Amino acid sequence: MDHGTLVELSRAQFALTAMYHWLFVPLTLGLSFIIAIMESIYVKTGDEAWKKITKFWMTLFAINFAIGLATGIIMEFEFGTNWSNYSWIVGDIFGAPLAIEGIMAFFMESTFFAVMFFGWDKVSKKMHLLSTWLVAIGSNLSALWILVANGWMQHPVGMRFNLDSARFEMRNFFDVLFNPNAISKFLHTIASGYVMGSLFVVGISCWFLLKKRDVLFAKRSIIVGASFGLLASIFLIFTGDESAYQVAQSQPTKLAAMEGLYKGESRAGIIAIGQLNSNKKIGDDQEEFIWSIKIPYALSFLGFRNIDSFVPGIDDLVLGNKKLGIEPAQNKIDKGREAIGALLDYKQAKKTGDIQKSTVALKKFREYEKFFGYGYLKNPKDIIPPIGLTFYSFHIMVGLGTWFVALFFIVLYLSMIGKLDDKKTLYFAAIFSIPLGYLAGEVGWIVAEVGRQPWAIQDMLPTFISSSNINSTSVAITLGLFAFVFTALMIAEIKIMLKQIKIGPEGEHHV
Amino acid sequence: MNIFRKIAHFYIDGFQNMRVGKELWVLIMIKLFIIFVILKLFFFPNILYTKFSNDNDRANYVIENITK
Repeated sequence: MDHGTLVELSRAQFALTAMYHWLFVPLTLGLSFIIAIMESIYVKTGDEAWKKITKFWMTLFAINFAIGLATGIIMEFEFGTNWSNYSWIVGDIFGAPLAIEGIMAFFMESTFFAVMFFGWDKVSKKMHLLSTWLVAIGSNLSALWILVANGWMQHPVGMRFNLDSARFEMRNFFDVLFNPNAISKFLHTIASGYVMGSLFVVGISCWFLLKKRDVLFAKRSIIVGASFGLLASIFLIFTGDESAYQVAQSQPTKLAAMEGLYKGESRAGIIAIGQLNSNKKIGDDQEEFIWSIKIPYALSFLGFRNIDSFVPGIDDLVLGNKKLGIEPAQNKIDKGREAIGALLDYKQAKKTGDIQKSTVALKKFREYEKFFGYGYLKNPKDIIPPIGLTFYSFHIMVGLGTWFVALFFIVLYLSMIGKLDDKKTLYFAAIFSIPLGYLAGEVGWIVAEVGRQPWAIQDMLPTFISSSNINSTSVAITLGLFAFVFTALMIAEIKIMLKQIKIGPEGEHHV
Repeated sequence: MNIFRKIAHFYIDGFQNMRVGKELWVLIMIKLFIIFVILKLFFFPNILYTKFSNDNDRANYVIENITK
């Protein structure tokens, strides 16, 4: 098999692992806080019913946590095997955040998880509550370090490429940590986890209402779940807006693909809903959409905080726009090739001990460094990510996010006025919104990761250069093995989870 | 010493009284075995660390890969 097939198989394997991993993480992030809120009510009121509610959701949390445990480690294996060039090149940047995440996760999990699950009658109420809150905070902080690493890939800052070690070396840890792209990504991601946790609680509670079982338990759970969910889903909109703003600043091709925008314009509108014209080609005069509904000015305003701002389209980014000072992609490719040439000259000069030549090569490399990755691209069109997948994923995510706000609002409002009984359609809507929450999270990651192609590290390292030279058959075998193992794990989780849900809050819930 | 004994008892009691947790631990053990024994040993060698013994060789290999 050729290198292209190897890269595609490695990408498919990584995508499969990451998407399965992401089935477990958001529920951990969201449910941990919901449990902490429920237990806080129990400690505050002393009402034993709240203790039962807390223990029921804690058991489901434990099942999800146990099945999801260590699924993320496989991605680290894949870095070392399938993506060895990439993992070497970013090793210095990723080392610190991932080590902090590993240490934090180990200590949090071995101490506070144990108190949370084993300590109900062995430590004081307040100590137990503190542990539950620390589990929630710790799980979320764990996510911070992973997303700092991911944010850096989307917008690399605080580093410099070392030509001798072939590594991006960290020059300022705080630039990496407070990278605006990483912060907005972290907030948006944890908010999506909170929404997922809330959908889970509201949906399952509605199932109890549908079955007319444990009604008080269900209604109390809904009050907490829907309140938390409504706040989280509104927060999700604001963090999504900030994420899109960051994308507009540092990943214009991704923004153009998200909106299917070919011809850039001032006062650009956002497509609320639409169907892409699949025959449309870069630079031609065909319409971008077969049909669409647009919100005028919104893209310029949300992307650049000014309705008059020009939003570059795919044509501008590939072919250039002299009037607006947008460089054609071919120019960037030429400059990138200069950087790669300088890197080769530098290594040659070092080998022969020619200090003068190596100094000149280094200077030239620094001059073209920010275009380094472009040098690997063959065609200017290669800078554009898959438009259809990015566009539809983005619009599904936004559509579902809007639905979740409405769902939480309706459920909470009816709960508050005491009219939640016998609302079968609403119960079904809440139950079916659980898988929709997972779908929204997954398509969100597709926007983030497919939308940044062809880059593994934005503008610096294309995905196809990041991969190892290994036998693609072994990648194909492990891809099949993963699909089998992960599917088995998911079936196991669903079975154990459904069994515990059917037992209900009155059953014994001792993890 | 007493404190260590108390901590040990805390964990032992916790594990002994587990209900759904026992089922989960079986799943966790199977999963960890698959991940760390089967996958890591047979399918996921760290290429650069199995092929080369020092960072200089690893760096040169990567440079060669990204400039050819």
